[in-house]
Amino acid sequence: MSDHPDLAKLIFGRLTWDAIPFHEPILLATFIAVLLGGVALLGVVTYYRLWGYLWREWFTSIDHKKIGIMYIVLGLVMLLRGFSDAIMMRLQQAISFGHSVGYLPPEHYDQIFTAHGVIMIFFVAMPLVTGIMNFVVPLQIGARDVAFPFLNNFSFWMTTSGAVLVMMSLFVGEFARTGWLAYPPLSGIAQSPDVGVDYYIWALQIAGVGTLLSGINLLATIVKMRAPGMPLMKMPIFTWTSLCTNVLIVAAFPVLTAVLALLALDRYAGTNFFTNDFGGNAMMYVNLIWIWGHPEVYILILPAFGIFSEVVSTFSRKRLFGYASMVYATVVITVLAYLVWLHHFFTMGSGASVNSFFGITTMIISIPTGAKIFNWLFTMYRGRITFEVPMLWTIGFMVTFAIGGMTGVLLAVPPADFSLHNSLFLVAHFHNVIIGGVLFGLFAGINYWFPKAFGFKLDPFWGKCSFWFWLVGFYFAFMPLYVLGLMGVTRRVSHFDDPSLQIWFQIAAFGALLIALGIASMIIQFVVSFRRRESLRDHTGDPWGGRTLEWSTSSPPPVYNFAFTPQVHDGDAWWQMKQHHYRRPLEGFLPIHMPKNTGAGIILAGISTVFGFAMIWQMWPLVVVSFLALLVVTIGHTFNYKRDYYIPADEVARVEASRTELLANHV
Amino acid sequence: MSAHTDTSLEHGDGHGHDDGVSHSTLKGYMTGFVLAVILTAIPFWLVMSGGFAKPTTTALVVLAFAAVQIVVHMIYFLHMNTKSEGGWNMLALIFTVVLVVITLSGSIWVMYHLNHNMMPSMMHDMKNLP
Repeated sequence: MSDHPDLAKLIFGRLTWDAIPFHEPILLATFIAVLLGGVALLGVVTYYRLWGYLWREWFTSIDHKKIGIMYIVLGLVMLLRGFSDAIMMRLQQAISFGHSVGYLPPEHYDQIFTAHGVIMIFFVAMPLVTGIMNFVVPLQIGARDVAFPFLNNFSFWMTTSGAVLVMMSLFVGEFARTGWLAYPPLSGIAQSPDVGVDYYIWALQIAGVGTLLSGINLLATIVKMRAPGMPLMKMPIFTWTSLCTNVLIVAAFPVLTAVLALLALDRYAGTNFFTNDFGGNAMMYVNLIWIWGHPEVYILILPAFGIFSEVVSTFSRKRLFGYASMVYATVVITVLAYLVWLHHFFTMGSGASVNSFFGITTMIISIPTGAKIFNWLFTMYRGRITFEVPMLWTIGFMVTFAIGGMTGVLLAVPPADFSLHNSLFLVAHFHNVIIGGVLFGLFAGINYWFPKAFGFKLDPFWGKCSFWFWLVGFYFAFMPLYVLGLMGVTRRVSHFDDPSLQIWFQIAAFGALLIALGIASMIIQFVVSFRRRESLRDHTGDPWGGRTLEWSTSSPPPVYNFAFTPQVHDGDAWWQMKQHHYRRPLEGFLPIHMPKNTGAGIILAGISTVFGFAMIWQMWPLVVVSFLALLVVTIGHTFNYKRDYYIPADEVARVEASRTELLANHV
Repeated sequence: MSAHTDTSLEHGDGHGHDDGVSHSTLKGYMTGFVLAVILTAIPFWLVMSGGFAKPTTTALVVLAFAAVQIVVHMIYFLHMNTKSEGGWNMLALIFTVVLVVITLSGSIWVMYHLNHNMMPSMMHDMKNLP
């Protein structure tokens, strides 16, 4: 490289050997561990000759069920990364008092809290939510796939591409040190001249393409592809919350894309949208990003509410209490989600009139949310409750989320917010609602729909271990932060002087350790369940006594989901069919028209990763080449006319006959 | 993706013909084109000739023409009406308009108050308070 500095600079841009963190022992050790682990994984895949299988059956698959599962795998893998960041922060804050500076230098600590936030929201919560919606929604509405199956595959790989870029920043260069929303002027080129913020921008822009497209896709699916006899007010409640979430995605994500594009222009082209000079206004960035950011919160929580609704009604053996009020509450939240964004920056200085307006709208939004809690409680009232693992998560959620909601209303009072803004009280609050709401909901959903996806239940013992570790660990980890926040401790601090605070951080670190055990229990749960899969096998397709259409088909469902499109007569369609002694059609099968797998999605996303990497390091020739490649592959894909095929009627008859036999043997 | 014609057949929609989508005709496109040209030409002339004394008035008039232009595009080029796609288009439009209005007016309101409260001149005034 050093022989021709100009040429090297042209090709490699800002990338030099200095970008590889040889001098950081923690990073180097992680890098070596990841490298060895990666090589081992690739070795295993090669040894068992799984590449062809993975490529044909998973990577290029446009089956919504497989894409949903891949989203969830992505989310769980990134959860491990995001959680290791969390536990590093907890450890640092527990030991870094007085003369001890801890083990993380400040610039590394700043990257960690930024990466933790970005990863947990964009690459854990979003993939898990999208994955569950992808898997469940078409099954719940009696469809054979989503509206745009190829787009679905493409969306997944674009999300993965963003995740890959974030992971790369760990070992090549550095990540942003700005906090998870990268406020300027700190994220501007003057204060952050390195590649960290560029990694942030391009990872989110590329993943954002995937999120937006999958939002459009699921929206079209729910609007256009419901089974006959299913008007909107007979849709399962999870489908309703998915509909509202995707409306929010489609309306909110373009704002994020636009605001990040403006920030990128400030950094790359020297514009002054958010600088302090030439009429720029950094406050506008804060304003715009929260116009996306607040709806994003509801994008995450609404599907979780839907999962809890399904779980509560299934495990209480009762129709959901107040279905219509649940739907209206969801719709009201969808609209109100756009009227509260300023509560994230009450202290910015907009004054009393603005602050009181947004304070009041924020308090109003807790009303439909409270209505939902009562609906769940009334569903449980006099129900025949069985405490399976999904139900445990739901009850844990109701208790925890109620506390988080109340601290949220406290923060919604502007005068109180002035003393609590940016304190650990706020950190405790949003972890309280995101862990207690979103994550508990996703875990409930994973435990609930796992038998549908794989044909065997998850082991309940390890599921319960995971639940209790998470629940108790959560309280240990975050209740001390409420206390510290009330004492005035601010967030994002890597060193403290006051020794009296230390005990609280140590309790929080202990809580994080319990959560680690919870995550470990979950991994053990997967392994144990896989090994015990024969005894946990679900032959009926309806292991929980479900109420909605996904339980009417086999577990795992056939590629085509339903041999005949179901006819819906009731909100709890499958429950009603069971009450009326529904009999599966055993003959008269027709060929089924299905979309065909394609590698275009993963190829496009791969090129996008290269493009993003080249933009980050300013390797302009590579930028041009990869951008042209993107265009060529995109246009080339439009000439692919082999997009569909028919499953012959014989094949359908064979699959259905084997299920008939299975049912006869086991039921 | 064309791959899903089977599902749409079963559901009895997905084909524009029975969805109440207005058909594209040469007359429709020409009307739209002429209207679009007129609606572009007038603001252009306004700006170039300096029609109004105050630039603010010009800006507001241009914005008004832009809004009408959007409606023309939606009706003549995107073939939207209140009944297309079973009313979903109209619903989506109303939702979009509500959100755009909230976003724009909200941002202007927030930023205006911010400017009002936080400008250096105000700080100066506050310092001089008794």
